[in-house]
Amino acid sequence: MRPMRNLLAAVLVLFAACSAHAQLSIEITGAGAQRIPIAVAPLAGEGALLDASGAGISAIVRADLERSGLFRGLEVPRLVPQPTEASSVNYAEWRSRLADALVLGSVAARPDGRFEVRFRLYDVLKQSALGGVAYTLTREQVRATAHRIADYVYEKLTGEKGVFSTRIAYVVKRGERYELQVADADGANEQAMLVSGEPIISPAWSPDGRRLAYVSFQNKKPIVYVQDIEVPKQQIVANFKGSNSAPAWSPDGKRLALALTRDGNSQIYLVNPDGSNVQRLTRSGGIDTEPFYSPDGEWLYFTSDRGGSPQIYRMSTRGGEAQRITFEGGYNVSPRVSPDGRSLAYIARNGGKFQVALLELATRQVQVLTDSDLDESPSFAPNGRVILLATIVAGRGVLTAVSADGRVKQRLTVTAGDVREPAWGPLNK
Amino acid sequence: MRALWAILIASALAACATTQTPDTQPPAGVEDRAPGAARPAPGPGTQGVPAKPVTGVDLTGDKPAAAGVAPHRDPANVLSQRSVYYDFDKYDIKDEFKPVIEAHARYLRENASLKMLIQGNTDERGSREYNIALGQRRSEGVKRMLLLLGVREEQVEAVSLGEEKPKEAGHTEEAWTRNRRSDMLYTGEY
Repeated sequence: MRPMRNLLAAVLVLFAACSAHAQLSIEITGAGAQRIPIAVAPLAGEGALLDASGAGISAIVRADLERSGLFRGLEVPRLVPQPTEASSVNYAEWRSRLADALVLGSVAARPDGRFEVRFRLYDVLKQSALGGVAYTLTREQVRATAHRIADYVYEKLTGEKGVFSTRIAYVVKRGERYELQVADADGANEQAMLVSGEPIISPAWSPDGRRLAYVSFQNKKPIVYVQDIEVPKQQIVANFKGSNSAPAWSPDGKRLALALTRDGNSQIYLVNPDGSNVQRLTRSGGIDTEPFYSPDGEWLYFTSDRGGSPQIYRMSTRGGEAQRITFEGGYNVSPRVSPDGRSLAYIARNGGKFQVALLELATRQVQVLTDSDLDESPSFAPNGRVILLATIVAGRGVLTAVSADGRVKQRLTVTAGDVREPAWGPLNK
Repeated sequence: MRALWAILIASALAACATTQTPDTQPPAGVEDRAPGAARPAPGPGTQGVPAKPVTGVDLTGDKPAAAGVAPHRDPANVLSQRSVYYDFDKYDIKDEFKPVIEAHARYLRENASLKMLIQGNTDERGSREYNIALGQRRSEGVKRMLLLLGVREEQVEAVSLGEEKPKEAGHTEEAWTRNRRSDMLYTGEY
């Protein structure tokens, strides 16, 4: 095992110094038909608590909400005196600014050096307060707190969980250099988990959001690793003869499904995250790969060419017969079950184009969500509302996000490099 | 936050530690018995360019030819043909490539100390993971044919690079055609 450690020292780098040089920038390329007009007034005193780029809490909250495509942030002029969550609200005035919803709040320095942030959310049409929260935080937690506020507002007004406090993982390729990156859902705070001269693919978040499983070619062939996002140390999960790839966590985090070729063709196996207790699940004459657990842990969806072309099947995690799920078209791969278990996102080939399709499992209705040519690696946001994917735009690898109704679209790019292999992390507890 | 600092410090140290200890033996579990194959890992920030097949003459230990250029490094020899090409989502070996594989089988039989790595590749379209499996199927197909022709199992390993190591970078039909490929590499070339 000693040579392995040398290798790790050389390959494993966490790039604190380099993390500033390129982060994802996000552009909205489509929006929902009806966006809620919301006024996020500057929090009284927020100028004392800005993030590293000089942004205040209200600006971060507004940007979060706008990025979802479901809100339209209204310009709020400087008001004197500045209203806070404790002010009495002049609803008529906010209605005249065409706001349906309103956020007011304040920031106060505490004697212990920390800050207190309070806010309240109002329904301007109903002229009522919808609730509010107070947070105690350090200066470093400005963005995290703003994302929490945005999550609160989003959930109150849409009825769904917000995902502004979540993280995403992805791979950036710059020349012959590959970086496995973890960033906040808005692209900020990018941190490299692994930098290598060989490809990295298929990052998968553990259900608790603390570990990533991924495939690295650092030893000249695909090997599956698990790495704690706070500890720069790789643990080998599967390094058998042939290819080891396609890790997917069970919902309880106790098992990983993988594709191994140690017995010939690519087949699905289950293994503990420490590499022990390897169990073969599928036995087909063809290719079986890309396992993905249903949220209840009962089923494994996977890609197989056992019927002559790659199609999506599912099998009980206890084994047994496989059932075919996709029938239309000659190439359907990369199954991802939605967090509510009701639908399946996958990549379908339509007339030479590879696009993200969404299958409603109960009705078998299929909707193609994208109009790009080379889509790959769909990944649901933990609220099921958005699907993140990789595609090629003007010859460059970019990530795009599309809402599950196909309406809202975003594009996430990095300067000078290809981005690919997105994986959206779980909700914060 | 403390954990984060620990990471930052550790990474700063790692970034300084550019001395690369060459691996003296292959890491556990990797089926890589070729001398010289265990190269030092690419250092932090370095660009680990994969070794291209060497065309020079260096066959220490397993020199199969008496003198001069080894047959598999001689551009005029059929053994210089190392690639098998495929149609989209296919892994069957077309007839035109069978004589090449037969020549390599004969050569491996006659030179029992030589080893071969077969790398299966795909074009960029579709799923990266399906392409890993498809590339493996392609390289296994070449391996199976070699074994049927009398090559010993220990001489050949089949791996997949999927769509990760394209020979042609473009997003055109021409590039895709060149990237759907199995490559046969001899000892010292990988």
